[in-house]
Parts: sequence; C-alpha cells; structure tokens
Amino acid sequence: MIAVLGMILGVVLGLVFKPDVPLWMEPYLPIAVVAAMDAVFGALRAYFDGLFSDKVFVVSFISNVVIAALIVFIGDKLGVGAQLSTGVVVVLGIRIFTNVAAIRRHLFHA
Amino acid sequence: MPDEPSDGGAPEQPVGETKFNRRHLAELRSELAADQPDVRERMLRSFTRPSGSQVLGGVLVGLLTFAAVTQVRLYSDTNTYSGLRQSDLVQALNGLQAASTKADSEIAELTKTRNRLRNSSDQRTTALEQATKELNTLGILAGTLPAAGPGIRIVVIDKRGQYSVNHLLDGIEELRDAGAEAIEINHRVRVVAQTSFADGEGGIEVDGQLLTAPYTLDVIGDPDTLSRALDFPGGFKDDVTLDQGKTKVSTPKVVRIDATRTPTTPQYAVPAS
Repeated sequence: MIAVLGMILGVVLGLVFKPDVPLWMEPYLPIAVVAAMDAVFGALRAYFDGLFSDKVFVVSFISNVVIAALIVFIGDKLGVGAQLSTGVVVVLGIRIFTNVAAIRRHLFHA
Repeated sequence: MPDEPSDGGAPEQPVGETKFNRRHLAELRSELAADQPDVRERMLRSFTRPSGSQVLGGVLVGLLTFAAVTQVRLYSDTNTYSGLRQSDLVQALNGLQAASTKADSEIAELTKTRNRLRNSSDQRTTALEQATKELNTLGILAGTLPAAGPGIRIVVIDKRGQYSVNHLLDGIEELRDAGAEAIEINHRVRVVAQTSFADGEGGIEVDGQLLTAPYTLDVIGDPDTLSRALDFPGGFKDDVTLDQGKTKVSTPKVVRIDATRTPTTPQYAVPAS
C-alpha cells in the first residue's frame, strides 16, 4: 500500500519539480534506474515467496544502484564506459526477467 | 523454486541455520510459504493494514519512480548530445566535420559551376548585343528597317517631263559619294544596292514602280556635305536645269524614311571562306 503510494508520489514529484540532473550524474542515472528496478522486482518476488525483509530490500536497493554506477564509472575511466553500461543493462535485464517470471508463476500459477 | 532468489528479498542466513545446506533451506522456506495463507490474501492484508516497515520500501520505490521519470524527461527534453560520453562526442564531432568538409567541397563545386554559367551567359548577352547592332546597321543598308536622322529633302519639279533616268541615277550616285546613308524617293521607294531604274510611261520606274514628277528625294546623311554635293558644276542641280526642271532643297531637322524593302535572299552568291 505504502509502496504504491510512494510510487505515485515519486511520479508526481518528478513531473512537478522537473529536477535538473547534474552533468556528472547524467551517464549514471539510467543505469541506476535499471539497477533499482531490479531490486524492486527482486523484493516483489521475495514478498510472494514469503521471504521479504525490509533490511535486505534497503541494502540490496542501495548496493545495486551504487555498484551499477560504480561499474559504469570505472568503465568510463577505462574508456569502455559505453560497453560496460550495455553489459550492466543486459545483466540487470536478465535478472528482471527472471524475477518477473517467478512473480508471474505466483500470481497466475503458470 | 528452481530459481535462486534475487538480491531483492532473501533474508540473511541466521547463524544458527548454517548446518543446513542452502538449497534445503530454500525448499523448506518455499514449503513454509506455500503453507502460509494465499498470496492474494497476504497482499490484501498488507494493503489494508500497512505496517511501519513498509514506509522505507515505499520511500525507495518512490525514489526509483522519481529517478525514472526524471530520466525519461531528461532523455526526451534535452538535445541528443547532452548525455553522451566524451568518446561518443568525439565521434559525433568527427562525423559532423566530415559532413561539413563534404558540404564545403560541394559549395566550391557549385560556385564554380555558377561562375561558369554566369560567364557564358555574359558572353551570350554580348554576342546578342553585337548581333542586334549589326542587324540594325545591315537593316538600314539593306532597306529593311525604317530610318530617321539629319539630312536633306530634294524636290525635283519637272513640269515638262524631260528629267531622264540617267540624270536621276547620276544624282543618286553623287549623293552616295557625299555620304548618303539612306535614300527614299517619293515616300514610296527605298533606294538600296539592288534598286533598278528605268524609263516609264510619263515618269520613271524605280524598282518596277512608276514614279511621277515632282520627285521627292529624302536623304539621310550630313546635311552640309549633301547640299554642297548638289551644287558643283555638272552636278545634280545642273542636270535638272539641263532637263528644264527646277530643284528645291530643304533641310528638315529630322528626315524620316519609312519605306522599306523586303530583303531578297541571294540565289547565287554564297559567303566565301
């Protein structure tokens, strides 16, 4: 319930404030968003499995975002930023698919 | 559960459970989950009775959607180059430079073509002007164009009808010697190179047209020279007097010659060389 409220609030705030993203953050924001999505879907899956824990969710959310951004940052320093961000997005995408598949099995038993 | 649980929600392993292997534990847990009330019921319960621990999750989800919305807006709002890395920018810049070089060379090529076309059109205009000038000159010479200019008007009064063709022809030759550029007789016949003169019934036939006295000759040229050419002994005036006629000379400001000839295409003569 509160998560749904938070989601709506986030969309509204984003639309209302139209925040300016600092230049140094611009390459990392999309990656961070994808990593956070992975964490949220993982949490949703854990919730359906009955294994959900706030602490793990918070830690995984933050560490996902930080690690994804870090990988891209290091990639940028090494000159392979574009390729590494592609790799991160692919890996996170696969995980999101897996989690959503588990959620689907719970919801529709199929 | 065939899949390993993701980061998202699996709780930390309690220390006491290390003796179980993880797979076994996961199986136990999923059995436990299956024993628990149905998923839909649990969802309903957590929707209706939100607990304090959900607040943090809500905040994080809100953060995610906030960032996602920002990113979507950023991507659609700003121009394509703002989010690019340095290497991408360098590549884009290189592409633009190549395109600009190509465009420059194209411009140079087109400018060259334009100059060439302008030159040729200039030349054509000059040629056309020259041709027009020549056409006017030749038209006056050949009598195909009306002419106007300074000159004299000679009226030969020949009441007795004795003015001879030869004397008229001599007179015209003298006028030509004096620089006559265009000659017209009786406002009807233009005198040019091919003009023929012959005796006619009660007059003179010029170019097949019968002209009768008085004969009016309109001559374009320098009026003074032309007038003097008429006066010398044995010249135009003397000839007329000899044929018992009279000559009147006037100098209008502008002599107009309106009679024209249709040009004849030479049948035998062709341009040599």
